[in-house]
Amino acid sequence: LKNVNEMLNCTKFVNQIVHNGGLYKRPFNEAFEETPMLVAVLTYVGYGVLTLFGYLRDFMRQWKIEKCQNATERAEQKDFVPLYQDFENFYNRNLYTRIRDSWNRPICSVPGAKVDMMERVSHDYNWTFTYTGRVIKDIINMGSYNYLGFAQKAGTCQEAAAEVLSQYGAGVCSTRQEMGNLDKHEELEELVARFLGVESAMAYGMGFATNSMNIPALVGKGCLILSDELNHASLVLGARLSGATIRIFKHNNMQSLEKLLKDAIVHGQPRTRRPWKKILILVEGIYSMEGSIVRLPEVIALKKKYKSYLYLDEAHSIGALGPSGRGVVEYFGLSPEDVDVMMGTFTKSFGAAGGYIGGKKELIDYLRTYSHSAVYATSLSPPVVEQVITSMKCIMGEDGTTVGKARVQQLAENTRYFRRRLKEMGFIIYGNEDSPVVPLMLYMPGSNFTTTCHVLKIGLFVFSFYLYVKCIYVLKRS
Amino acid sequence: MDIKSLKNYLYWLYCQFELITCSYLMEPWEKLLFYTFNITMLVMVLYTAYIFVPVHISTAFQFFLHLLGNQHENTVSLVK
Repeated sequence: LKNVNEMLNCTKFVNQIVHNGGLYKRPFNEAFEETPMLVAVLTYVGYGVLTLFGYLRDFMRQWKIEKCQNATERAEQKDFVPLYQDFENFYNRNLYTRIRDSWNRPICSVPGAKVDMMERVSHDYNWTFTYTGRVIKDIINMGSYNYLGFAQKAGTCQEAAAEVLSQYGAGVCSTRQEMGNLDKHEELEELVARFLGVESAMAYGMGFATNSMNIPALVGKGCLILSDELNHASLVLGARLSGATIRIFKHNNMQSLEKLLKDAIVHGQPRTRRPWKKILILVEGIYSMEGSIVRLPEVIALKKKYKSYLYLDEAHSIGALGPSGRGVVEYFGLSPEDVDVMMGTFTKSFGAAGGYIGGKKELIDYLRTYSHSAVYATSLSPPVVEQVITSMKCIMGEDGTTVGKARVQQLAENTRYFRRRLKEMGFIIYGNEDSPVVPLMLYMPGSNFTTTCHVLKIGLFVFSFYLYVKCIYVLKRS
Repeated sequence: MDIKSLKNYLYWLYCQFELITCSYLMEPWEKLLFYTFNITMLVMVLYTAYIFVPVHISTAFQFFLHLLGNQHENTVSLVK
């Protein structure tokens, strides 16, 4: 009888993987449209012209016809290995500097729906900047991570944070393990665990440090990390610091991941052929540069089939996806118990700073002892903790209002509307239909610069990065 | 009104040219250099076309006429 039960369980399992349609309870629309040929050719033309002029300018700088305004070696170091001759420095000198006043602009107000920016001019073509002293007011903010609008200067979050500030002060002055463990931190962690639906959670002072300091605590030499192609720098740094073997699978490609898993199980470690101690799959909920959502049902099915562990980085998706804002796990209708390590940050949807890791109680107790961040890093500041607590309670509805749920639903509506209208206007948008991260392709370096100039003139602030203009949609107030 | 929209259209075309060739990003002396080079090349190409295209067309026309002319002569001789 036991054999029959086992066989039945096996067939159920096979159904879950083979009939892929059964894994997804909602349509999964992701698109990375191909660049039109004409646009690609014209982009290359633009870059070609700028490269030629770059060579001309470098020649003029070399022969002292023009003053060299970027960093160079000193005269005594001329015979050393050259520091600034590679392509990256060429690009910086000649292309990036021409258009670099489009980004890294300082703002001087809270980054809500509208933001104030300091006016900045350059008299020598972006080599130096001066502030005129004027403040450009009320620019529509499309570039900050304030998804639900909880970063405000007035409201329940701000009042609660101000009260805690007057009670606890701003500094903690100790690490978590020594004297930096406040009752506020315990309250926050219990709340985060309840929010995510996991047994226990732990909060850290910095989101980047959460990834880079905790992955080395979880895996070490002799373990295998399977990391997505487009993972964030914090995940890559944590994976490299851990000393485990890292293998990359193609972005969101489940066939590539399955092939790697099969190879890992069949062949084991490279020389000794011993089985891997642990296999950890690193994925993100929403990828911040592509706007794509991870194929979580398939990843979990693969994880169960090949008995590996899953580390899910929900930095952008917590609070922003799912009918009640619980993240990508709720968006797909899955159980949080399937994800071994649920990591996220408080920076984006909660309007604070810091990160958390949630999971089973044994895992979190282990991390409390062995994580570098717990031992060496200062713990979260009390007003920031209170901001997270208040905003999380608001999203969950525990403060007695439906404001949180309304904001989450409004964000979903806004995301869909924004994406639909941009597509109707003819822009190429990458990523999933439901992701609030909207990468809009501009391709040509000239149009990149012009767009950021002109949209600033009409009152929009966009965050532009090299070839991409990334507009992250912010909840628009009436 | 028509002139105004035509002017706007031409200005829009000029802006597109500037953006595509990234001359919007150049400093004024670079723009001068770039436009001088471009206009010189364009003028030279047009001048070459003006001088040589009629000669090329008439030579080609004669060549094809020669081909067809030969056939015509052959048929005429047959009839005779």
